[in-house]
Amino acid sequence: MDIQEYFSLVFSDYTLRTITLGTAILGAVTGMLGSFAVLRKQSLLGDAISHAALPGIAISFLITGAKDSNTLLLGALVSGLIGTFWIRGIITKTHLKSDTALGLILSLFFGFGMLLLTFIQKQPNANQAGLDKYLFGQAATLVESDVWMMAIVTGICLFVLLLFWKEFKILLFDKDYAKTLGFNTKTIDILITSFIVLAIVLGLQTVGVVLMSAMLLAPAAAARQWTNSLATMVFLAALFGAFSGVFGTAISASQNNLSTGPVIVLVAAVFVFISFIFSPSRGLLFKQIRFIKNRRDLQLHKTLAFMYNIAETHDDISHPHEIKILNNFQGFTKGTLKKLVEKNYVTLQGSTWSLTNEGFKSASNLYNQLTKNDE
Amino acid sequence: MSDKIAVQVDDLTVAYNYKPVLWDIDLEIPEGVLMAIVGPNGAGKSTLIKSILGILKPIAGSVSIYGKSYDKQRSLVAYVPQKGSVDWDFPTTALDVVMMGTYGSLGWIKRPRQKQKKAALEALEKVGMLPFKNRQISQLSGGQQQRIFLARALVQDASIYFMDEPFQGVDATTEIAIINILKELRKAGKTVIVVHHDLQTVPEYFDWVTFLNVKKIATGPVKDIFNDDNLTKTYGINYKVSIQE
Repeated sequence: MDIQEYFSLVFSDYTLRTITLGTAILGAVTGMLGSFAVLRKQSLLGDAISHAALPGIAISFLITGAKDSNTLLLGALVSGLIGTFWIRGIITKTHLKSDTALGLILSLFFGFGMLLLTFIQKQPNANQAGLDKYLFGQAATLVESDVWMMAIVTGICLFVLLLFWKEFKILLFDKDYAKTLGFNTKTIDILITSFIVLAIVLGLQTVGVVLMSAMLLAPAAAARQWTNSLATMVFLAALFGAFSGVFGTAISASQNNLSTGPVIVLVAAVFVFISFIFSPSRGLLFKQIRFIKNRRDLQLHKTLAFMYNIAETHDDISHPHEIKILNNFQGFTKGTLKKLVEKNYVTLQGSTWSLTNEGFKSASNLYNQLTKNDE
Repeated sequence: MSDKIAVQVDDLTVAYNYKPVLWDIDLEIPEGVLMAIVGPNGAGKSTLIKSILGILKPIAGSVSIYGKSYDKQRSLVAYVPQKGSVDWDFPTTALDVVMMGTYGSLGWIKRPRQKQKKAALEALEKVGMLPFKNRQISQLSGGQQQRIFLARALVQDASIYFMDEPFQGVDATTEIAIINILKELRKAGKTVIVVHHDLQTVPEYFDWVTFLNVKKIATGPVKDIFNDDNLTKTYGINYKVSIQE
């Protein structure tokens, strides 16, 4: 199946439709919530939470013996939340820094989870196979009820987000200030974190424990490049996330069933890459272009200012001068002179130059202009 | 200045771990003063403000604002945190930050409307930042960012203003603009409490001063207590400040 075939089948084929819808919703909700994680500088929290969810899946299976995805994800939710609160506890109660706390919980829970998984695999029980799919995810196992679940959670999440938008924003920007205004920052904090945990758990089946944090971070990091408004950033992150889900699924389905989770993450990474380079205000490309242009302008300005200072000593501003005089000045090049001639600021005659009226005026305004731009 | 006490602090003790940062502070701030809190680094100046505002929980002691607890008097108090305490790359505009000053009176869930926006624009005007209202906050200079913070507090329309080093890292123009606004606030009968670093400007800017170094050294009118004796007690070394007569 090629990509074209995929897009013609996506509306009619049940499996394809379910998977595509699932990954799109997942991408949207993780992108949305990921914006908050990124802005709170808690990018790694997602990674720790997703890894912390693994033992929950295993324990849930050991207790119920069932592989129903909702039951397993409930276990993941519980252990993810426990991991989160332990991380918070370690940070507030000990002198350890947050990266240490995150690393500690991440490896501890993941190690324990892996231990349980191998233990389960040794059990004489035919039902045990397939739990390891939660490591890297398997979008193909998504069924309609999973998608419904995702849609409902996303809906609730969106509702809460809109309802407490102002509170979320002020907590993200200035927590102490929010506290002095009388907002219970702990409640808002727990609300945000719980939703992040919920979104991560939802994605475990599709993307898996190991790669889940990328779903949270990549769309948000990409979105940040394009806008200076929080609302637009959240919206763009959701959009990028959803597109990553759809394109990832399309590529994976059309290319010999490549593992979906990693492909989605790679597509999201492409969004990040493009955003980092091509964003007009923050992208590397335009930054470099602006930098070079500024340098050129400065060079031009400096040369003009130098000429202005010389011309000022004469009664006649268009008094011709030898080019040699400019040699003392480092900024002088034939190129800059030519550009000044093009702008009609300077006239060249053989080896002498003279300032035009326009050039003189522009140079005398130079200082004012510079300070104006600076404001 | 009137006889009323705006802020009263009793036996306040704060510790982060074992070592106390503030020890048994008693402090009465009269209504209508423009007060500087001075002291060396680590003296607990910011901690004192944060404890009064309930951001930090003290080990012991109590704080009252016009005779009642801070929780009940929140609407009378505005706060300007240290500029460095937030991420200025946050995706938002100058106007948006100033609007946050209205969030407290709005309460939960309610959105700011035209009325709040108008108040925010007026505050921006007061600090001379109206032309920058739609500017992304990272594209503002340090002085401009400080003015935005000040505008956000002005929007709160409070009676008591707490400011944590509003003059830190600002240009001379902004410093003059800020002190003029503070003096206007005092003229309007407000109480302004400022954590301050530049001892040279204390007599010029303030009429009340508190010397702090873990313990309270002295508090009172600048003309009475701003002297070498108190400075030496606070800063530990033989401190001489040349006050221009």
